[in-house]
Amino acid sequence: MKTLVWVEHDGGTVKESTFAAVTAAAKLGDVDLLVAGSGVDGVAQAAAGIAGVTTVLVADDAAYAHNLAENVAPLVVDLMGGRDAFVAAATTTGKNIAPRVAALLDVMQISEILSVEGPDSFTRPIYAGNAIATVKTGDAKLVLTVRGTAFDKAAATGGSATIEAVTAGGDQGLSRFVGSEIAGSERPELTSAKIIVSGGRALGSEEQFHALIDPLADKLGAAVGASRAAVDAGYAPNDYQVGQTGKIVAPEVYIAVGISGAIQHLAGMKDSKVIVAINKDEDAPIFQVADVGLVGDLFTLLPELTAKL
Amino acid sequence: MKVLVPVKRVLDYNVKPRVKADGTGVDLANVKMSMNPFDEIAVEEAIRLKEKGVVTEIVVVSIGEEKAKDTLRTALAMGADRAIHVVSDTKVEPLGVAKLLKAIADEEAPGLVILGKQAIDDDNNQTGQMLAALTGWAQGTFASKVELTGDRVDVTREIDGGLETVSLALPAIITTDLRLNEPRYASLPNIMKAKSKPLAAKTAADYGVDVTPRLTTVRVEEPSKRQAGVKVADTDELVSKLKTLGVVA
Repeated sequence: MKTLVWVEHDGGTVKESTFAAVTAAAKLGDVDLLVAGSGVDGVAQAAAGIAGVTTVLVADDAAYAHNLAENVAPLVVDLMGGRDAFVAAATTTGKNIAPRVAALLDVMQISEILSVEGPDSFTRPIYAGNAIATVKTGDAKLVLTVRGTAFDKAAATGGSATIEAVTAGGDQGLSRFVGSEIAGSERPELTSAKIIVSGGRALGSEEQFHALIDPLADKLGAAVGASRAAVDAGYAPNDYQVGQTGKIVAPEVYIAVGISGAIQHLAGMKDSKVIVAINKDEDAPIFQVADVGLVGDLFTLLPELTAKL
Repeated sequence: MKVLVPVKRVLDYNVKPRVKADGTGVDLANVKMSMNPFDEIAVEEAIRLKEKGVVTEIVVVSIGEEKAKDTLRTALAMGADRAIHVVSDTKVEPLGVAKLLKAIADEEAPGLVILGKQAIDDDNNQTGQMLAALTGWAQGTFASKVELTGDRVDVTREIDGGLETVSLALPAIITTDLRLNEPRYASLPNIMKAKSKPLAAKTAADYGVDVTPRLTTVRVEEPSKRQAGVKVADTDELVSKLKTLGVVA
């Protein structure tokens, strides 16, 4: 089987999520990569070094600069002529593009796969991760999005793929990029961090969130996350949100502070290796999944803990 | 401008799903069902556009069993004008739903279709994008802000790392994210009024659409359970635990 993997990048480097998608695609067969964007020679070079990749297809055109699905989907469909599967990471970019590709190919997409059970069979979470479904497709071609935390990352070096330029329809004239606001952070990226310290509504305010969560995260070299309640209350920006509707994470250690553990939040973090919970309510559902629990007032416990580390 | 809003009846988001012992699915007998939360946000956004005077009519659509009518009545009670129910006793996948919606869009010629970004049962996050592909329209997915300006719509999208704004040619497809708005509750008088609003019953065959599923669910299982943990008494004990786990040196 020949697969085509969408390479997510920031114009300079290949994003972490792509490496897991390559691993998933390699379980199906030969892996070709697609690098689309404007001025992406560097990304193409980096992508060609990923272990196990055969060919890197490069579509260099201003129309692909901002990953607009309207322009990218026809390009992918063009390249699917001799290929059997299109694979993208289940990031906001992958989720935006892949279903458009699937519909143009007249196939059902299989979203956010957790494992490859066979050439046409996959597992995926449903009901906010409260059930795992094994699904089998009868479609001629596969379109898959891959949950990054469920697959090991392919090695970034060791490969020697050939680079090939491709052209396609260019700008479809349906949409244009206006601007973006990217939240700056010097901490590790949430979805790839080894340790995450996450705060909930109990922090009480944006100031207290930063005053209490940030120092602990910095001590541990951790990324900072938040529950939906904390984000809705304005304590943390929305891209911090961990959960069914935010980011899905599976770090080595997830420290949940002042988070009750609603099912929508658990859906985003319950595959973490070790879960630590600090909460004053000893009946909070978070303690049912926590490996280590500490019951008490976070306003005294957190500074104490940070000081002792 | 006319707006089309597809809504789905799903297991209420507060209910903990139970996997059936025979592994065929999640038990939906005698559990509370509601409108998918993202669809409520879609209905609300359509109503707000109507209140601003830029939208003239809101048509809500649901595809599924007889009881999906309740979900449509809820949308009508919130402020939608009329409803279309495509009755189907079997499950229709996102691709099938998108094809039916395409046929309905051809008939109704809306300026916008607003959908939820995903349904909280299947967690697919596909239907809006698929409909955009089939209609050949632009898509503004994961919207947290929508602004109509003349013949275009500006959509601010929630993306990994922050926000992004795109400008789309109309007609366009929008899918809602949580922060787009706070949906209103239907008042009792409006619930009563909704009972007399038009609701058309259709079938997939009426639209000439084949909705045969492409995927087979082989089995549905409970996720692996986590081992019960321990509670520690104080931060000293927590620090030593973190040390044993190798989090800190």
